[in-house]
Amino acid sequence: MNSASIIQDLTPIFADILDQPDLQLNPDSNASNVEGWDSLAHINLVVAIEKRYHIKFALGELQDLRNVGEMAALIQTKAYGHQ
Amino acid sequence: MLVQNFSVEHLLQKYKQIRRELTPQAKVPVRIAVLGGVTTNEVVNLLELLLMAEGFQPVFYQSEYNKYYEDAVLEPEKIRDFQADIVYVHTHWINIEQFPSPACTETNFQERLQAEVERFRRIWQSLQEAVGCQIIQNNFEHPPLPVLGSLDSVSFGGQTRFVYELNLQFARAAQANRKLLIQDLNALAAGIGHTQWHDWGRWYSYKMLTTPEASLLIARSLAAMIGAMLGRAKKCLVLDLDNTLWGGVIGDDGMERIQIGKETGIAEAHTAFQRYCLALRERGILLAVCSKNDLETAKSGFQHPDSILKLEHFAAFKANWEPKHENIKTIAAELNLGLDSFVFVDDNPAERAIVAAQLPMVTVPEVGSDVALFPAILQSSRCFETVTLSKEDLTRAEDYGVNATRAALASKFANYGEYLESLQMTAEIDSFAPVYLDRITQLINKTNQFNLTTRRYTLAEIEAIARDPDYIALYGRLADTFGDNGLISVIIGRRERTSLHIDLWIMSCRVLKRDMELAMTDALVERARSRGVERIVGYYSRTARNAMVQSHYGKLGFTLETAAEDESQSVWSLAVSQYSPQNKYIQTRTLVHE
Repeated sequence: MNSASIIQDLTPIFADILDQPDLQLNPDSNASNVEGWDSLAHINLVVAIEKRYHIKFALGELQDLRNVGEMAALIQTKAYGHQ
Repeated sequence: MLVQNFSVEHLLQKYKQIRRELTPQAKVPVRIAVLGGVTTNEVVNLLELLLMAEGFQPVFYQSEYNKYYEDAVLEPEKIRDFQADIVYVHTHWINIEQFPSPACTETNFQERLQAEVERFRRIWQSLQEAVGCQIIQNNFEHPPLPVLGSLDSVSFGGQTRFVYELNLQFARAAQANRKLLIQDLNALAAGIGHTQWHDWGRWYSYKMLTTPEASLLIARSLAAMIGAMLGRAKKCLVLDLDNTLWGGVIGDDGMERIQIGKETGIAEAHTAFQRYCLALRERGILLAVCSKNDLETAKSGFQHPDSILKLEHFAAFKANWEPKHENIKTIAAELNLGLDSFVFVDDNPAERAIVAAQLPMVTVPEVGSDVALFPAILQSSRCFETVTLSKEDLTRAEDYGVNATRAALASKFANYGEYLESLQMTAEIDSFAPVYLDRITQLINKTNQFNLTTRRYTLAEIEAIARDPDYIALYGRLADTFGDNGLISVIIGRRERTSLHIDLWIMSCRVLKRDMELAMTDALVERARSRGVERIVGYYSRTARNAMVQSHYGKLGFTLETAAEDESQSVWSLAVSQYSPQNKYIQTRTLVHE
């Protein structure tokens, strides 16, 4: 899985949680340019991603991420062990 | 209900969509204030979906994170203004302020314990004074970092010992205060295990202490308690026989060779399941058999010397070759119970599927086919949750047995009046008395069929009505030659000048067709007259379950005032001066409580 396919894979999860069926994610998507991505939605996104990829984010791993692209890269490292 | 079987990640990811789909069926409003020592949004969202799936329309107030004490004690008017029906105080071990240090002495330990209990008492008392509603407080899970190891549960310096004693104090407080219910959080945490319960990352990041799975357990347990409080308790457990109550097929193997008793592991597991069913019966759940078998063959299984369950333990017994959903409908009619109070257990997935499809209101837990797991699965379904245990609960199963005898007797008489005469019925009808308020509340919240308005009341509201001189609120008890039926009818009338408005009229279906409603009417009119009431106004509003009382007021001699076009609502009135007593068969007496 590369970063682009992870973003594609994340899109329906984000669409469900943010309740936007037509949502399009791209590497630059972040909490300030995606509608409804507030702190509570964020908690639900983290739960869904951890379950989907059978990973557990360590404390602090998420707080420096700037966008979905960086999140996808982190998922790739944690779930598949390479960049 | 499908929502019951969804995983927590599905519920959280699809929350908004599921919520939308459930909205049309969510009809019964309930207002819940959640005061949390941790972030409560996840528990609240899950609870919301579970309650909606049960037909409730919940509205929530949530305190700011860790402002449970402030909201309850310093600003209770916020919760009063929200008009909460239920306040849930959700605190974890992490919110305990008085934990001892390892060097703590016994004296100091006791002081700390009292100080901690006092802090919570202030919360409960303030909520009761300001809001007067039902409070659910959870007890505490074991602290996950007992620095003294096993000694932590023994030493006065142990956090574990502190939690033991604190939980005991909470239990005592709840026993002395009927408006305080304890949710056994400790049992939930133990059930899933500490490592599955805590999520430290979420605690440091969001002040959310539990894993999503633990949050779902908390929400499920809470939904079951709220459901039990508001009349959703299940009343009847319908059981299959072959490979459910015993191992093997009795039609093929014969009574001697079915597996029950201690001979094999399978036999032991079936025995344990029978014992669990019997324990449910002892606490008020009716048992019924629904089996594809010849009747006599099926019954012979209970003559097996090792069978824990005997024929007399069943309130209904259907063994034939009809489809099971038809039999379950017949059982519901015989027992005068709504199908939504039924739970069906069968090892055969095809039977479960057809009952679930044909009778969606019946609860059909996914018990699988391994009898060893049946008790645990049934227990974790929380179908039979209860928040109080009344005398009626403890004797109900016996009463239903006696009811069957009454029915057999009825067929022996020339006419129905002669039968009623032979029952030598006596009733006690009187104003709400303190000793009965629990039972009255319980009956109000679980009666669905003989219920004219289906209004639900909390214990606090019933207490207020009992004290209010503008209400004429009556209960009725009925006894006969076969035994005491207990408290089985309630009327709440609200006086406005010379009119009395009947906000509520209910009766247990155990005493249908016994003329008890006539005795209640006589008593009501007499009291209304003595208080200067000239006109009694009755209301009927239709629900899915109360068609049987659509003409109730008409039969009693009330005049129809107005009715909705589809007859779903109607208003009736009775001139007190025109009424003469109607009850002929019941001797009534009034205890003087007033």
